[in-house]
Amino acid sequence: MSESVIETLPVASAAPRKVTRKDLTGEHSTWCPGCGDFSVLALYLKLLEKRQFPQESVANVAGIGCSSRFPYFVQTNGVHYIHGRALPFATGISLTRPDLHVFVFGGDGDGFSIGGNHTTHTARKNVNMTYVVMDNWVYGLTKNQTSPTSPLGSKTKTDIWGSVDQPINPIKQLLAAGATFIARTSSTNPNHLLQMMEAAVDHEGFGVIECLSECVHFNPGSFDAASPRTNGKFELIPASHDVTDEEAAYKLAAAPFPGYFGIFYKSSRPTKNKLEADIITAQQSKTQGKQDWEIMQASFGKMK
Amino acid sequence: MLACSNASRVKSGDFLYGEGCHFFARHQPVLLFIAMSDLSVTPPGASPNVKKISEAVIRFAGNSQDGIQSLGGFLARLAGRSEQEVMTFMTIPATISGGPSIFQVRIASGDVLTSGDDADVLLAFYQHSYEAHIGSLKKGGIVVYDSDQVQPNPELQSKYRHVGVPITNLTVEAIGGTSKDKGKNMYALGLVAKMFDLNVSKLEALITERFGSKEVVLRNSLLAFHAGYSYSLGNLIETFQFVEGHNKGMQQVVMNGNEALAYGLIAAGVRFGAAYPITPWTDVMEIMRRELPKYGGVFVQCEDEIASVSMALGASYGGRVAVTGSSGPGIALKSEAISWGVMAEMPLVVIDVQRGGPSTGLPTAVEQSDLNIAVFGGHGDSPRVVLAATSVEDCFYTAIEAVNIARKYSVPVIVLSDQALATRIEAFEHPNLQKVCQDISPRFDPVSEAKPYDLSAPDGVARHVPPGTPILNGKYPIATGLEHDEMGRPASPKLHGPMVAKRRKKLQLLGAELKAPETYAAKEGDILLVGWGSTLGPIREAVDRARADGESVAALHLRHISPLPNGLEEIFARFSHVITVEMNDEGLYGYGQLAGLLRSRYCDPKIRSLNKTDGLTFKVKEIVERVGKDAIAAMKKF
Repeated sequence: MSESVIETLPVASAAPRKVTRKDLTGEHSTWCPGCGDFSVLALYLKLLEKRQFPQESVANVAGIGCSSRFPYFVQTNGVHYIHGRALPFATGISLTRPDLHVFVFGGDGDGFSIGGNHTTHTARKNVNMTYVVMDNWVYGLTKNQTSPTSPLGSKTKTDIWGSVDQPINPIKQLLAAGATFIARTSSTNPNHLLQMMEAAVDHEGFGVIECLSECVHFNPGSFDAASPRTNGKFELIPASHDVTDEEAAYKLAAAPFPGYFGIFYKSSRPTKNKLEADIITAQQSKTQGKQDWEIMQASFGKMK
Repeated sequence: MLACSNASRVKSGDFLYGEGCHFFARHQPVLLFIAMSDLSVTPPGASPNVKKISEAVIRFAGNSQDGIQSLGGFLARLAGRSEQEVMTFMTIPATISGGPSIFQVRIASGDVLTSGDDADVLLAFYQHSYEAHIGSLKKGGIVVYDSDQVQPNPELQSKYRHVGVPITNLTVEAIGGTSKDKGKNMYALGLVAKMFDLNVSKLEALITERFGSKEVVLRNSLLAFHAGYSYSLGNLIETFQFVEGHNKGMQQVVMNGNEALAYGLIAAGVRFGAAYPITPWTDVMEIMRRELPKYGGVFVQCEDEIASVSMALGASYGGRVAVTGSSGPGIALKSEAISWGVMAEMPLVVIDVQRGGPSTGLPTAVEQSDLNIAVFGGHGDSPRVVLAATSVEDCFYTAIEAVNIARKYSVPVIVLSDQALATRIEAFEHPNLQKVCQDISPRFDPVSEAKPYDLSAPDGVARHVPPGTPILNGKYPIATGLEHDEMGRPASPKLHGPMVAKRRKKLQLLGAELKAPETYAAKEGDILLVGWGSTLGPIREAVDRARADGESVAALHLRHISPLPNGLEEIFARFSHVITVEMNDEGLYGYGQLAGLLRSRYCDPKIRSLNKTDGLTFKVKEIVERVGKDAIAAMKKF
């Protein structure tokens, strides 16, 4: 029987020794001092260390933006792709390499503006991967332009009188697209951030986290209201919330800023990875024991 | 005594071509070559009502919903099974159902390079079909028309032989019920089978294979076919019989260019593809979606063109070269990602089935106007590989070559096909699949270190290790679109020069490895016609005809567009004029896209071009008329 790329790739061998944080630390990061993304990076390294994923079994994919520099700062397989398209690239990895842990890191521009279409369709397809959106409400790398999540009235270099376009609500967007794991957290609450990342990694399917990550340069204090350390409130989703209730999740997502934090929605819809593997199994059951060339010979037999 | 239009070309081939000039080495020169246009000639021993012929061009003209394509397809497949050569040509309207459509089949016992300029037989289903296509018949040709639908033009009765058959009513009589518009194609197939003494049991087998799963359709199809076959056509005209094909004993397969591309990619070992539907590319993705799971692979229909190329790049990064494809508008959308592939040195195969452009252009018509976007359509300095397939058979092998170049040079490879090649059906020698099919599964053996963008690598090619490979020094590289150092980390501009040069030099190396193609018909002379892609057939026939008229003409056909093979300048030096023959515009400066590329490389003002942009393939006579010495001399000089 011909080899299935989906099912029978050799599983990456386990690392011979314990993976330490030092092993996992990549290039010195280039973010501004105080940037919320540092916290996401630190907790991600903690997650990898805690889970003891072998370095070679992890693939980090990013698009373009401040947060998308992420793969350089982690000592595993990394891809720095083009703006907005990290998700389909990661889908190509996920569908052909089920042995890998696929992570995508990006910002609000990647996820909800230039790459908005891909967020919708990766969610709809439910491709197995973990996606962390570091939402800072601004375009930082290009130095202070309006982002798709900038609140109305944001003063930026492209909205000098204050932004006038309705911002996107990431959680509502993801719910409508059919994402099967949707959580919200903040870089200012490390324990919660790690907890959400762990839950997303454990989710079979497309796990998305919107993480508030302050741009200290262009948006200082923008998320103060979401942290008790700055006299704000980090309000958890009520324990009574049924995470499989899409409508209830939608209502929670509609709460005004700072809103709720935690898992809004989680469902166990089959992944594209599984559905495609099932198609392969079904199709290959008809060609059992045949070499690839013999399968093609049979097809050519009908083309005479 | 066997004078005929094609005898001269065969004769000229015997003493003018010399050795090694014939493109398809497996084809031996054919001596007996009688065209249907010489209907007055009856070889000795044949019954007076049965004429032996060696080739025929049959054009069916109707509406797209009449099943014209399947009718032509049956004839093409029959020819393939009968060891004959075949080539087809079709036009379809850009509508879901309805609109005029034609299907032309050229069947021959000898070589077939084109689908034929003019038809021997026209089968016209409607008045509009009759009026629009009667002019495509050779003088003295036969028009068989549906007398229930067509009022023949009395003025044309002397020019063409008219045979009226009440096809609509006889089909209804045969099938019964309300099948007024259905089954006429099968009735017509029966008529043609009778007219050309085709093998009925082979045709029945083909019909049964096609419709076997639909009982009613199969029954009606066979009823209509037999009714057509039984019609007493023999009282009206003589019947014809093909002489034995020269491919005797050769196992043939019959398919169109898109099918050949899809199977070629699978044979090459591709197990992942991603795309978005667009005419005329779509069948490739449909076939791969259907076929790949049998081989353990997946084809994904994506949300858009950019997602498609990105997903394919992701799969390639995973360790096994993947494919995406489109037509011109989609290739434009994929451009940014293809340039990432150049920068990150990621292998990738991109198929471009060209159609008329720019923009939505002519979605169902042919053009060769994507050469520039394929070669130059990247931002920054982003050299990539561009190949162009020349025939249906060549689509199969070009797909394999593209995969192998992408892997060897770690680079995106664009394969140019076109609408005419995508839809035309040819019979070709069954590939030795056991030999051709490749296993390109990735390996994940541990490596001591990985430095993909090693500047000291003599060939300049990046060596990626697929994720999942333990790297024992613990340093994992980044695949990146930023200018980078040898590990893929962001680099200062001073590394940009060496890295740009590295990405260029590996393709210069590829160019040096490519063998310059042989000229066709002569090694020197007045005029060299240079073609690329699907125009190989008409250019060669044109050369044959022009030489028969005493012109000193030869041809050269390029499959490797970028990089070009070295040594072309030596070939050009042996001719007074170098004229590219291209289905694209002459451009702002007076020459087509290939001519522009050749001029930029060779700075040779004698390179000019012969262009056309009517959405149709070149007719042989169009080329012949425009390559005479006088015509060339009259061409504008820039």
